[in-house]
Amino acid sequence: MSATIINLPDQSTARIPKVNYLTKENGLLSWLLTGDHKRIAILYLVSITFFFFIGGAMAGLIRLELLTPSTDLMATDTYNKVFTMHGVVMIFLFLVPSVPATLGNFFIPMMIGAKDLALPKINLLSWYLYIAAGIMIIYTMATGGVDTGWTFTTPLSTHYVNTNVLTTGLGVFIAGFSSIFTGLNFIVTIHKMRAPGMTWFRLPLFVWAHYAASILMVLGTPVLAIAIVLVALERTIGIGVFDPTKGGDPILFQHLFWFYSHPAVYIMILPGFGVISETISTFSRKRVFGYTAVAFSSVAIAVFGFFVWAHHMFIMGVSNYAVLVFSLLTMLVAVPSAIKIFNWTFTLYKGSITFETPMLYTFGFMGLFTIGGLTGVFLGASGTDIHLTETYFIVAHFHFVMVGGMLMAFLAGIHFWWPKMTGRMYPEKISQLAAVVTFIGFNFTFFPQFILGTLGMPRRYASYPPEFQVLNVFSTAGATILGVGYLLPILYLTWSLKYGEIAGDNPWQATGLEWQTQSPPLTENFLVTPIMDHEAYDYEWLEKQKEKEVTSVG
Amino acid sequence: MSDNTAIAHGAHDAPGDTHSGGHEAHPAYLRHHFENVEQQADAAGFAMWLFLLTEIMFFGGLFTAYLIYRNWYYPAFVAASHQLDIFWGTLNTAVLITSSFTMAMGVWCAETRKQKGLVLSLVLTFILGLGFLGIKTVEYKEKIEKHHVPGFHYSLQSFINPQSDAKIHEEYPNDQPLATDMARHTEVYFSLYFAMTGMHALHMIIGIAILGFMIYRAQAGAYTAGHVTFVENFGLYWHFVDIVWIFLFPLLYLISRHQ
Repeated sequence: MSATIINLPDQSTARIPKVNYLTKENGLLSWLLTGDHKRIAILYLVSITFFFFIGGAMAGLIRLELLTPSTDLMATDTYNKVFTMHGVVMIFLFLVPSVPATLGNFFIPMMIGAKDLALPKINLLSWYLYIAAGIMIIYTMATGGVDTGWTFTTPLSTHYVNTNVLTTGLGVFIAGFSSIFTGLNFIVTIHKMRAPGMTWFRLPLFVWAHYAASILMVLGTPVLAIAIVLVALERTIGIGVFDPTKGGDPILFQHLFWFYSHPAVYIMILPGFGVISETISTFSRKRVFGYTAVAFSSVAIAVFGFFVWAHHMFIMGVSNYAVLVFSLLTMLVAVPSAIKIFNWTFTLYKGSITFETPMLYTFGFMGLFTIGGLTGVFLGASGTDIHLTETYFIVAHFHFVMVGGMLMAFLAGIHFWWPKMTGRMYPEKISQLAAVVTFIGFNFTFFPQFILGTLGMPRRYASYPPEFQVLNVFSTAGATILGVGYLLPILYLTWSLKYGEIAGDNPWQATGLEWQTQSPPLTENFLVTPIMDHEAYDYEWLEKQKEKEVTSVG
Repeated sequence: MSDNTAIAHGAHDAPGDTHSGGHEAHPAYLRHHFENVEQQADAAGFAMWLFLLTEIMFFGGLFTAYLIYRNWYYPAFVAASHQLDIFWGTLNTAVLITSSFTMAMGVWCAETRKQKGLVLSLVLTFILGLGFLGIKTVEYKEKIEKHHVPGFHYSLQSFINPQSDAKIHEEYPNDQPLATDMARHTEVYFSLYFAMTGMHALHMIIGIAILGFMIYRAQAGAYTAGHVTFVENFGLYWHFVDIVWIFLFPLLYLISRHQ
């Protein structure tokens, strides 16, 4: 460790405890039928990583096709299918469950001092639903794909395309239920399972962020479900709810779809905010500045998030008054988001900052999310939106938020909690390198797309005018670097499972309850139910604990 | 919650009575991750209410669509709703409310540990649920015969030329013929009618399937030994499905009766 005032614990004496959640039972069935939230989190982690690489491969194909202005790698129809599957896989099978189903599943019960989520069977069911949805979607891909874009826009999806809209829709429907069950489980757990003394305002902000995201999952996802059901009914038997020839209105589909799918972006990003609150406090050794404001800003984002959906529809024929109102409301979301960014920055102020990998990803997150968020204001303003919508500006904007924001947060979280999940450290130097490579690759990939967008390059086409080629080459080159940045963690994290340094209970000297137990944890998480007698992020309390502690490990 | 010292006394107090003071000392159904039975029942009940909230949002999409199109195509919605049979609708409402009553009796029987009463209540609920679906089938059959199913050779005859539909014309003699473009919007009404009642019927079918499972388990003595969470939560589900119908019935059948 470099010279700081912080002394991280000596890991040379640490041993992996013989009894932990990984070793308690053996065999495939002990995993497939488990009720343990930690094991389900691992199941999710493996499957989510699998789908991330499928979606990533699609992204690679897209960038490769866009290397040249003409359509030379694949036909336009194929290109449509590839970007649709990229969207569907990345959104429904990666981003929505990414942090909640893995880190949330693993750590919410531990952070609140519970033995498990309130509904372990529902938790397992949620994973099976996720897998069923994943299989459906892979199946559609193998049998001809779907080319509506991930938005299933009517009447294209109901009348004009002859691809696997139904099976993909069913897959998304099932994935939705998986997400509903995760959110429902979190809400119940946070309400009913907190340890003695764990009041709402002693909860780690990670838990607050997941609580807010869970509200969105529970209230938003069913609306997507009914929209998909209506599309399916329209496609199969021809009912007329969205069909203009029968008097239905395709815009109604847009309303129902975006009523979920806008809150969905907050489902994707809020858990990421939660991760950042944890890492920034731990690696600055300071309580998060303005704890209450950060906690409530999560809830505020969840509430505002439900009233901005029509900003996806400014050019689709909603009334001017609606545009005005939704534009204003959209700007409002910037307020709680800014509160978070400012408070994290103030947390850094006079902190004892160290630059371990999770912190590097955290800094990456803060920069990229800020750019992503601010360009969102351009798009929320109706005037600029009319120019920028349906161009690469949009693509760059949501990739800055989703990839630059959420994926960075996900990787920050994975590295941060890796020692707790596996009992072993990841290799620090190479992972710092990976974090930097990811950051550079990301900017190379997506920053040119902002420029392309303002120049007017439309999204969702396989070909483009030759004058856009230079920036597209930049973008594709950046995507290659980004690909390396994502491949590295897979390799060294797998390596570390066997060869990583043994971590010990609390390698970061973090304050959360999850760090006050062995790594990897016991199946019941704690030997005795912890009693919370201090505030969250109380580093003085941690110091006092260490004084009391007899040096024993394992 | 802070007091986790379970005191073993009076191991048979009514489980519905959550504040009776004495806990059962680790009954078999207490899952390992809960401190006590109250917490477990509390969590399960809360989860069920949340699930019902998602169901409200699910049906909410359909109700929104209904609200919008009813405002847009008012004459078509009035004419189309006159096609529904008030008699069958009212009867079905009665059947469903009765089934909610028998379900409530079932919950009460489970709580007071009356096994025979529980089985009887569940069987009655099961039969009434099937009865509801049977009546719904009669209604659907009529729509199919009249070609009022959207997407399947949908016929505008009853709306362009009300006299051709003798039975309805007799009931609503003042109905004026609709212009073709407005008459075509009756298809939106029937789209919503089938989507809403269809989704409702799907929930009934799921409920009836679970009821079958519960009857089987109840005969074996489950639910009447203190652990009633499942019955209580299923009761909530059943009442919810009932309440959806309580909104569907006036919106689809009654609201345009006197127009």
